[in-house]
Amino acid sequence: MGELFDRLKKDLHYVEGMQACINCGTCTAICPAAEHYDYDPRAIVELVQRGDESELEALLKSDTIWYCGECMSCRTRCPRNNTPGLIIMALRALSQETGYFVESEKGRQQIYLKRTIGHDILKTGYCVYAEGLATTNYPEQGPIWDWRQQHWKEIMDRLGANYQKPGAGAMRRIPDEALNELRAIFEVTGAMNRFEKIENFSREKAQSLGMHWDESLDNEYVQKAYHGSHNNS
Amino acid sequence: MKNVGKQLIWQQYQKEIAEDHFFYVRSCIRQNFFPGAEATFLRILKDVLHKDVYDDPAHTTCTGIGYHTDIIPLETTMTVVARQFALMTEKGYKNFIPSCVTSFGLYLEILESWHNHPEVLNQIRKYLKEATGRTFELPENIVHASDIIYKFRREIASKAKYRLVNQQTGQPLRVVEHIGCHYAKMFPHKSVGGAEFPRVLSGIIEEWGGEVIDYPERRHCCGFGFRQYFIKANRGYTFSSVKKKFDSMHPYSPDLIVTNCPGCNVFLDKGQYVISEQEGIVYGANGYGIPVLTFEELAGLIVGFDPWDIGLQVHQVSVEPLLDKMGVWYEPEKKYRGKNNIPLGQPLQPTVLKTF
Ligand code: SF4
Ligand code: SF4
Repeated sequence: MGELFDRLKKDLHYVEGMQACINCGTCTAICPAAEHYDYDPRAIVELVQRGDESELEALLKSDTIWYCGECMSCRTRCPRNNTPGLIIMALRALSQETGYFVESEKGRQQIYLKRTIGHDILKTGYCVYAEGLATTNYPEQGPIWDWRQQHWKEIMDRLGANYQKPGAGAMRRIPDEALNELRAIFEVTGAMNRFEKIENFSREKAQSLGMHWDESLDNEYVQKAYHGSHNNS
Repeated sequence: MKNVGKQLIWQQYQKEIAEDHFFYVRSCIRQNFFPGAEATFLRILKDVLHKDVYDDPAHTTCTGIGYHTDIIPLETTMTVVARQFALMTEKGYKNFIPSCVTSFGLYLEILESWHNHPEVLNQIRKYLKEATGRTFELPENIVHASDIIYKFRREIASKAKYRLVNQQTGQPLRVVEHIGCHYAKMFPHKSVGGAEFPRVLSGIIEEWGGEVIDYPERRHCCGFGFRQYFIKANRGYTFSSVKKKFDSMHPYSPDLIVTNCPGCNVFLDKGQYVISEQEGIVYGANGYGIPVLTFEELAGLIVGFDPWDIGLQVHQVSVEPLLDKMGVWYEPEKKYRGKNNIPLGQPLQPTVLKTF
């Protein structure tokens, strides 16, 4: 064991998720990600249980840890009370803290998530703010979504939302004091620090790959992360 | 009566659900995608069941989607959750009801971690104080919004205008229920029926006249997977899960799907459109899909709210086949109208899936 393991074992997700694995494979049998990707939660739990530092480093740099959907189906069925999904969360946190996440294609997608969900939370107080999300990027939402986008405010008003107004209700404008408190919590508890790490490691990677980089979602690096380049999706 | 034998065994599948005085926290996904659903829930609580429920303008996202896309550290999410509890405490409430299933699972996970590690709870109290000056008590009762509907399902049935019965044949409607992974898979003993015997929606459906379909992939995930849907390159994960579920339920000819979690509703509704466009497959009768309602929408329909007031027009799969089977009165021409009956045009038709 070494430094990476020392850090991993301090993560509360790891503490809660890892007891002792008997390698039965039940988690893999139930796992939706294992059906879709070349992914095996049993093997991940086995790897971290083995304690080989170089194997852990390779895992943190791989696509593998990003395949899980965090559905936690594995938690229900494990006969030894492990939660591979929580172990994955600890691995992903460490991969971002160390900067290893930019070494895999799936890991590089974190910049897109940070710049959409992360920004929405701080700007609006909602983790998803769907006004303006177009079917060009989300074609699965269908023609009904185009209609909703065209008449976003009118439909909100029709359905009793308190759209962008002060006071209680759906899609209300969350008061500035609440947003300031959220931001203060993010500062004090490490979310801002993680955001900075995601930005800095991603920028360095973009530069080393010679890819165009800026603060938008439209640059080459972010777009490539979002659209993907190989065929296992 | 002594709790022995089977009664003792079944006891662990039940849960305590508070009677009244609720502090309600909204769901980001539900507000964005089904803005009428939460209004319908509150209308039922206040006007039908005459309960006291508080909807605080100052609450925010729980950060759940950020947490499960791993951009937000655990300590941050815990402190944001602590802030929601502080608002509840300040308003004098003890019964906490999240609208979102992701949030519900997250609140349970955090309470469990604090229970196992009191030093973490102390640290979070310090973080919250430092960041906001607030302090908080833990909720005495925390249940998902659907648990409240489950608890009062008989009272709602006694006031119902419609039932889940086919008016032409007199037969119960065949209903698929989907409780969502984070409702019961993490903390089965904190849900009605646990992960093994999902009861929260099936209890409601049966009470209101329907028949629950027990199909092989009933417990399979909807496929959201957080980063798996949000990133375009990963979405095959989502829609292959959706297809697996629909292929499995199709032989049972469901009339309706009811969801607990707003995210699942998006994927089971829109997923039918995706599969129809990509594979040419439609799972409902006569070229239409299988309507997918949230539990609040279903409750609103049962007690006789106007389908377009509760927001059934925002689903991609048309709900009219269900309304017709149940004999629900509605005005087809008002479906795509705004407030004060202002026409808002018509959505385009999908290529394969038929819509009204
Ligand atoms: S189900 Fe539990 S014990 Fe079995 S392989 Fe998975 S983590 Fe190990
Ligand atoms: S949480 Fe991850 S590892 Fe566990 S079953 Fe779900 S996708 Fe698989």
